[in-house]
Amino acid sequence: MSAVVEDPRIIEFDVRTDEMLVNMGPQHPSTHGVLRLVLRTDGEIVSETVPHIGYLHRCAEKIGENLTPRQWIPYTDRMDYLAAMNMNLGWALTVEKLMGYRVPERGRHLRVLITELNRIASHLVGMGAYGLDLGTFSPFLYAFREREKILDLFEEACGARLTYSYLTPGGATADLPRGWLKKCEDFLDELDPIIWEYHTLLTSNSIFVKRTTGIGILSPQMAIDFGTSGPVLRGSGVDHDMRRDGEEIYTSLYEGYAFEVICERDGHYPRDHAYPPVPYEAVLGDCWHRFYVRMLEVVQSIDLCRQAIDRYSMSSGSHGEPIKLTTKLPKGECYLETECPKGQMGFYLVSSGESIPWRVRARSSSFCNLSVANTLCRGCLIADIPAIVGSLDIVMGEIDR
Amino acid sequence: MAGTGFLESLKATFGAKISGANLDNLDPWIEVTPDGLLEVCRYLRDEPSLLFDYLSCISGVDYLHTDEKKAAKSEWQPHSEVVYHLFSMKHKHSLVLKVMLPRWKNDKPGELPELPSVVDLWSTADWHEREVYDLSGIFFKGHPNLRRILCPEDWVGHPLRKDYEMPLEYHGIRGR
Repeated sequence: MSAVVEDPRIIEFDVRTDEMLVNMGPQHPSTHGVLRLVLRTDGEIVSETVPHIGYLHRCAEKIGENLTPRQWIPYTDRMDYLAAMNMNLGWALTVEKLMGYRVPERGRHLRVLITELNRIASHLVGMGAYGLDLGTFSPFLYAFREREKILDLFEEACGARLTYSYLTPGGATADLPRGWLKKCEDFLDELDPIIWEYHTLLTSNSIFVKRTTGIGILSPQMAIDFGTSGPVLRGSGVDHDMRRDGEEIYTSLYEGYAFEVICERDGHYPRDHAYPPVPYEAVLGDCWHRFYVRMLEVVQSIDLCRQAIDRYSMSSGSHGEPIKLTTKLPKGECYLETECPKGQMGFYLVSSGESIPWRVRARSSSFCNLSVANTLCRGCLIADIPAIVGSLDIVMGEIDR
Repeated sequence: MAGTGFLESLKATFGAKISGANLDNLDPWIEVTPDGLLEVCRYLRDEPSLLFDYLSCISGVDYLHTDEKKAAKSEWQPHSEVVYHLFSMKHKHSLVLKVMLPRWKNDKPGELPELPSVVDLWSTADWHEREVYDLSGIFFKGHPNLRRILCPEDWVGHPLRKDYEMPLEYHGIRGR
């Protein structure tokens, strides 16, 4: 071993480190479900991160080949179970695109209202759980307090609290109950000022800022190359949102709605004078920016919900009838991507002209977002791994399908 | 995207490597031969007027009727397809590419059909190709790390093939 060290300051040079494989997960609290990361470390520095996924795999795509599109709706719930409404909508629109069906006006506004509400719920969990990853427990409780109220609203609308199966091909299973809109409006009025609590708890909290700025920097080129989407993509400053740039059948839902894509342009976020300023340590594309985009999207969704409530209550007609189970799908194939809270969720549907699809494919947003983890974590500290992986806001149910 | 003019210009550039197209479908697609895939993809990604820099999805589709009666009436011969959904962040347009492959290489069951990997063009392809390999059984030549991704590494068979049968037993767990 080493010779006698005379100067105590040089002892560090004498500490020899070896390469070591550290297994993180699959039951690690900060891996958001059953994700296993194998880290190649040298001391505290991580040189390689290999995600092992598939612990929740149930081959939903194969199941989809044996069920009619409406029967497959519950399986889409279980993909991103934190934003099941958005998943329902993605699949419903894909089937409608193939059938050439358009929901009536009232159904359109109902869909916007419900999915934006679910987006708030999903981002609240994303925010709370991110705080949990970084070692602070209270934001999680605050976020769940608010989310609970959204779940109550959903329970009243469709009877379920997590896996809704509410929006189906053709419309929705039921119209909103009487008095629901009032409750929803009250909730939004209540939530709006609370966002500032979250900003004080996390966004401008100096410990949080120190933990999240300058690490896991994802350049816009890399973000596009890896096929990331949602807040991860927009946190890198890429101006892209399927609600604006997607296909007509999806963007027509948001026709007439005033909304702006949340991403940094020329050093500014939309309406950023109303939010805490970007800390000077933050670099575009780092963990803090991804978090910030999510926080601003919550405010945006509150605004969209309010617009949807106005339009829904003014519109006439029905909310749309779910298609019959035995409806034959036209022959052909189509692909549609929608903007889910975690990113772009794509469904690819191949039909041979029967009531059961020939092939169903789900393109998962978290799947692509997670694939960038190895590149992001290269050279970071072990303690930063939860911060980086947490900022991607992944849901394993969607990755493993 | 993919109007007749675009298709003609592609055909003029690549000739027989563009082996077909269907412009009447909801999402019009262009069919590319397996050996022309890399070249066409590189052109689609780098050409300034196209700039398909975002690979949305790679899917494998298996075409096989397991029912003999249906097979007799079928319009197509059994084959596998790999479908690429491309998107351009700059121009906000999309394109569908298809590659037709035999279900088995040289018609020998067990030998997976081969296709060049597009990992060098889009990093998305890394995990997506692993998934297609895992579930649909397509071998991507040149992929740096072609392992199963969703199924366990010792899993047998490719579940999304139409003739796949669930194993009776896996490590002592009853399968069906």
